[in-house]
Amino acid sequence: MTTLLAIIIGVLYAAGIYLILRRSMVRVIFGLILLGHAANLMIFTVGRLTKGSPAFVPEGAESIITRPFADPLPQALILTAIVIGFGVQAFAIVLFRRTYQTLKTGDLDEMRNTDRLPEKLP
Amino acid sequence: MNRIIILPVLLPFATAVLMLLFPRRIATHRLLSLLSGVLLLAVSSLMLWSVLDGGILSLQAGGWAAPFGITMVADTLSCTMLTMASLIGLTTTIYSIGSINPKEEHNLYHPLIQLLLMGISGAFLTGDVFNLYVWFEVMLISSFVLLVLEGRPEQLEGAIKYVMLNLLSSAIFLAAVGLLYGMAGTLNMADLAVRLPLLHHPELLSVVAMLFLITFGIKAAVFPLFFWLPASYHTPPIAVSAILAGLLTKVGVYAIMRFFTTIFILPETDFIYQILLWVSALTMATGVLGAVAQYDIRKLLSFHIISQIGYMIFAVAIHSPLAIAGGLVFIVHNIIAKTNLFYLSGIMRQLTGSWDLRQMGGLYARYPLLSLLFLLPALALAGIPPLSGFWAKLTVILAGIEAEQWPVVAVALFVSLLTLFSMIKIWNEAFWKDDPREEAHRDSGRHLHELSSREKIAMAAPVVLLGLLTVLSGLWFEPLFVIANRAALELLDPSLYIKAVRGGMP
Repeated sequence: MTTLLAIIIGVLYAAGIYLILRRSMVRVIFGLILLGHAANLMIFTVGRLTKGSPAFVPEGAESIITRPFADPLPQALILTAIVIGFGVQAFAIVLFRRTYQTLKTGDLDEMRNTDRLPEKLP
Repeated sequence: MNRIIILPVLLPFATAVLMLLFPRRIATHRLLSLLSGVLLLAVSSLMLWSVLDGGILSLQAGGWAAPFGITMVADTLSCTMLTMASLIGLTTTIYSIGSINPKEEHNLYHPLIQLLLMGISGAFLTGDVFNLYVWFEVMLISSFVLLVLEGRPEQLEGAIKYVMLNLLSSAIFLAAVGLLYGMAGTLNMADLAVRLPLLHHPELLSVVAMLFLITFGIKAAVFPLFFWLPASYHTPPIAVSAILAGLLTKVGVYAIMRFFTTIFILPETDFIYQILLWVSALTMATGVLGAVAQYDIRKLLSFHIISQIGYMIFAVAIHSPLAIAGGLVFIVHNIIAKTNLFYLSGIMRQLTGSWDLRQMGGLYARYPLLSLLFLLPALALAGIPPLSGFWAKLTVILAGIEAEQWPVVAVALFVSLLTLFSMIKIWNEAFWKDDPREEAHRDSGRHLHELSSREKIAMAAPVVLLGLLTVLSGLWFEPLFVIANRAALELLDPSLYIKAVRGGMP
């Protein structure tokens, strides 16, 4: 299971990095989303995968759990990260749409105006 | 007393929520902003005083003992940064009352500034790595919206670059947090400082440290990662530029300072300091060379932010007590002077009708007092005694000489000269030379008497206040240095920090 997830994470990172290097705005946002997912899955995987052993103390038990149990913290982290990522990505998509409407282009290579030195004065 | 730590986060948040209840009442927004700004400044000064007096404060949120809950810690470094943040928050609120277009004030400008301040305060106070990620996001999303509030084409274009690189940095941050948790089993900063040296397989730590360096490097705008900054910082309304320029990159520097003096102090991560050293030299040099070429005053100042970040990174790279103290003094000086220069460029734009230095002119003849107010932060930035920048640079460079890092010291001194050169360029172009506009076309700017008294007071008061602080912190440098020195000692000997968070736990 860990190997499978590791391969998936690798593929997600590769695809994400490939996409953010493209010139089209839409591909870039997809790339960023993939990178976010890859990071989330990575937190999940490096938090150790323990199957079928929730972190609950059985009813009536006297002591704390001694067997290995699934760590709930990575899941809490991912949940927070997903919510934040969702909000930020939603904002980014709206921003990209608005930019496309205003500048009439989705090509990042054409967005160089703020980097250029202003033209010489007439 | 420990509970006061939550106030700098809660206060701006409550203010923002309260303002959202009255979405169309600008007067209420302004009043609440000012009130919250004054309270925040009072609370953070009180915290600084109490930390200096009685040691590090810490709060375990919800009563969950560290390392299980979220910890908030206020040590000398965080409280100093917090005080600066609240000072800049207050002055920007005052300044924006006079300078922001009322239409943007309707567009939730004031609540967004409060949320930005909440994110910044949270980032300074948290003692938990994942929580730091959350505060970074709070801060970033507010800054995203502030950047595009007017929706003009160049703002959208600048924001695209800013948003993309910062989202990338967040993804890297998240990956680094995940790997760190997988290795150490904890994300509490004090707990990490205890557990990381005990790891059986610390090899991966160098990768994790490098990932953190990259993500904070993007936020702090250091050498190969700074390109988003000059592409976006000159586009929003000048009050927004000023608060972003003053505070946002410094949060990145703060995180670098915290991580590479408290957490990653192991043999496996020692190579980071060597990287930081060369990055700092290149940051100083590229920043100032970029600035020299510019004619748009906001772009010129934006490139200067990068150049000045280099000095702060240099201090972390040396990480001797003197260097860290110098770095902190430099941050304080830079926040005050840099924000002030942005405020002043807004006033210059009002009076001349242009951002382009070539189209300005004759300001010294018409407004000698304004020229004096400009000279204070400009000369401080270049490091002319007795202003605050002189002492800040002196301390950092002395620490560099002590550490025998001659090449970087040489770069720092040379960059200082170029900084002076570009400040003189602004002076020559905007203040000294004759007004290039013909008498007939002079109506592009506004004369001083055309501004309403509200605009005049709101724009002048922050400039005068910050200018005074630049002079005073130069003349009475010792108290500032004593605070910075104490922060440095706390950072380099994390045992106090660890004890404050974990109590008596082994």
